[in-house]
Amino acid sequence: MTTATASAAVPILTMTGICKSFPGVRALHDVTFRLFAGEVHTIMGQNGAGKSTLIKVLTGVHPTDAGQITLNGTALTIDTPRSAEAAGIRTVYQEVNLCPNLSVAENIYIGNLPQKNGRIDWQTLNAAAARLLSGLALQIDVTRPLDSYPIAIQQMVAIARALSTEAQILILDEPTSSLDEDEVQRLFNLLRQLKARGMAILFVTHFLAQTYAISDRITVLRNGELEGEYLTGDLPQLKLIHKMVGREIDVDSLTQPQAAQMAQPGATFISTHGMGHKGTVHDLDLEIHAGEVLGLGGLLGSGRTETARLLFGVDRCDSGAVSINGHSARFNSPRDAIKHGIGYCPEDRKKEGIVAELSVRENIILALQARRGLFRFLSRKRQDAIANEYIKALGIKTPDAEQPIGLLSGGNQQKALLARWLATEPGMLILDEPTRGIDVAAKLEIMDQVLALCRKGLAILFISSEMGEVVRVSHRIAVLRDREKIGELDAGQADERAVFHMIAGGGA
Amino acid sequence: MNLPLWRTGRLTDPRTLPLLITLALFIAMFAYGSLAYRGFFSLQVFLNLFIDNAFLLIVAIGMTFVVISGGIDLSVGGLVALTTMISATLAQNHHWPIWIVIPLVLALGALFGAFQGVLIQYFRLQPFIVTLGGLFLTRGLCFLVNIESITITDPAYTQLSEFRVHLGEYAITTNVLIAAVAFAAAIWLAHFRPFGRYVYAIGGNEKSALLMGLPVARTKVLVYTLSGFCAALGGVTFTFYMLSGYGLHAQGMELDAIAATVIGGTLLTGGVGYLTGTLFGVLILGVIQTLITFDGTLSSWWTRIVIGALLCVFCVMQRLLEKHTTGRQKHRSDITPVSGGRRETTPATAATARTGTLDQLA
Repeated sequence: MTTATASAAVPILTMTGICKSFPGVRALHDVTFRLFAGEVHTIMGQNGAGKSTLIKVLTGVHPTDAGQITLNGTALTIDTPRSAEAAGIRTVYQEVNLCPNLSVAENIYIGNLPQKNGRIDWQTLNAAAARLLSGLALQIDVTRPLDSYPIAIQQMVAIARALSTEAQILILDEPTSSLDEDEVQRLFNLLRQLKARGMAILFVTHFLAQTYAISDRITVLRNGELEGEYLTGDLPQLKLIHKMVGREIDVDSLTQPQAAQMAQPGATFISTHGMGHKGTVHDLDLEIHAGEVLGLGGLLGSGRTETARLLFGVDRCDSGAVSINGHSARFNSPRDAIKHGIGYCPEDRKKEGIVAELSVRENIILALQARRGLFRFLSRKRQDAIANEYIKALGIKTPDAEQPIGLLSGGNQQKALLARWLATEPGMLILDEPTRGIDVAAKLEIMDQVLALCRKGLAILFISSEMGEVVRVSHRIAVLRDREKIGELDAGQADERAVFHMIAGGGA
Repeated sequence: MNLPLWRTGRLTDPRTLPLLITLALFIAMFAYGSLAYRGFFSLQVFLNLFIDNAFLLIVAIGMTFVVISGGIDLSVGGLVALTTMISATLAQNHHWPIWIVIPLVLALGALFGAFQGVLIQYFRLQPFIVTLGGLFLTRGLCFLVNIESITITDPAYTQLSEFRVHLGEYAITTNVLIAAVAFAAAIWLAHFRPFGRYVYAIGGNEKSALLMGLPVARTKVLVYTLSGFCAALGGVTFTFYMLSGYGLHAQGMELDAIAATVIGGTLLTGGVGYLTGTLFGVLILGVIQTLITFDGTLSSWWTRIVIGALLCVFCVMQRLLEKHTTGRQKHRSDITPVSGGRRETTPATAATARTGTLDQLA
């Protein structure tokens, strides 16, 4: 790992007092950022910390509300991607932002196509593109359309585009999320070469290991504010996590493990072996028993939601096997998963969960009706009975079952969602962030409901970014990092610190 | 895409396949006519396809650019009619010289297209609704100029209209020459100028085009300007063809232009399409009409019926090809088309990276 020699030098780029708000969200507030030539600088932070917004401010996608950007000592206005490119700032975005219908060569040079005698010089173009790509150890036919290549190749093409003109600053926004280990190493070798040539590189990633493998300097953002700028050598991983999460991990929180005192779980409900999906999670071995809560531990972006989506058939597994009650199963859609008795309360309750205009009753019977099919309509009497039963059982606070669900509080909406799946009498429930955005009392209630359901023999997969909650309700905790399972902890031995320690790479 | 098809050896590429099918269909239809009707198989019948459809080809060229960019232009039929109307009024009733009238109507067409482009780009309006408004507006304006048909007897117009280039015993008209120049210019613009590539890029993924720093706004306005210009040029050739101006001229021509474009293999979703395809799309429309004329017993409405059926077939075919491609891509993503040398070094490096971080923690 090279040490930052440029620390005493003048930064090539400074951003000071950057503020950016979107309707209802303060994405960045008074953020300062410096970038030095010949360095790789990583921005770290949880999802929503403002990493992507900061990048987009710098690349002209979102003009700033306030703040200054200085490049080589002169103030710079960046209000469109074009002006950023003109200033020598080149960007590789998280998703491949190229045109799938154009040829590889065109994608690299469009906006800057070589011309001869007033027409595009296709020969020079294709030769230059092939040369540039072979510099990245990529020998492909550059005249083929981009979408005839897999996503990893497309990502390398995007990087080649960024390098196609002399850039002072190269920004890589999560460029590795679709690359495999080899490709990442190849990219890193390239970055080291560019660094040696004096390029300033801004790197954004979720992967801790990659941060430490490549960066000289780390800036941590939290909730849209600057937490601090550190030399990589001065910031051990555990400390970095604390800075990202925003607090020293408190062992004596109200989150004493509860599940551990419960009866032994029953038979295996679902087990997966080597389950994975290219670009999201890979090699996942999970086992969830009836009457057991399995918590998923991990930072945001570590692959928790992706795991849930795989288990519910939203994304299709492209490797590994899943078996339910001992029989192998394959989910091509959520319908298949529902047939196998799996229910899923998604992360974004408002967008993917409730139908705000419909009544509590209609929301509750939704999944059951879907399971029965449209032509086996539930009688109104049955609907009322089911709705009222769950309103009572879960303590949903609503004047009556006909209230539009959008008018209920977050906690009660969440309970109605629980009721929706319970009505289908599932074998397993996946709860993705069931306590997000609801008050503390409601959180406790939801968690108690989870435990109560579990006692009745339901298998539950519990996902929350509040690690304390995971520790509190889980029998076992599967810890994810960088989209892989790195270990499991038993509820008895686990506390927040143990989970974070494992994420930081220290083992159980 | 950048090389001529026969040099790429990718005749089965799903992007070029619709074009080849269009070509094959045209040949098949022409061959059928030649076998079924006496006198069909002659160069003049073939040339007449161009003579009778030159204006449609010119309008469809503009449409092809618009559709490739991901938009649509419904106003062209009205703009053609308005052009004939203004030309006829100025030349016939006000005796303006032709060398003023033609540049003027071309400029008006381009201006009208640019106006629609600005509405679409800067006011974020749907192309469909803006150009539908444009269609009503231009049609209506025709009748504001004159509700009658105006026959042109201006000598300059009649001379150009009757002018023939003789190729032995066969002949082509001024309109065919204009269409040929327009077609060549359009190919040059689409494949050898950055503008054309920007149009393809925007149709492929507008957001990406923006992030790549391409002049998206300017290009989109220019695309509608070009379509307006082509419609006006189509109007000029239509004036030569009919030697009259009338508000009911070119009824439904916008739909014929769209049909020719789609039959030519251009995807309505944008990003994929060829001008050569559009040319054959126009010729197919022409050959259907010729077949019906030769038959003599069929009503002209059969043209519409056949075009309708063809459109459906082509759209379904494009969708099937699309599915086929995605399937193939999935298969291809398993194979990494990279030289094998890298494999031996990397696992070691990866391991170092891992242990490096572990050591640091300990």
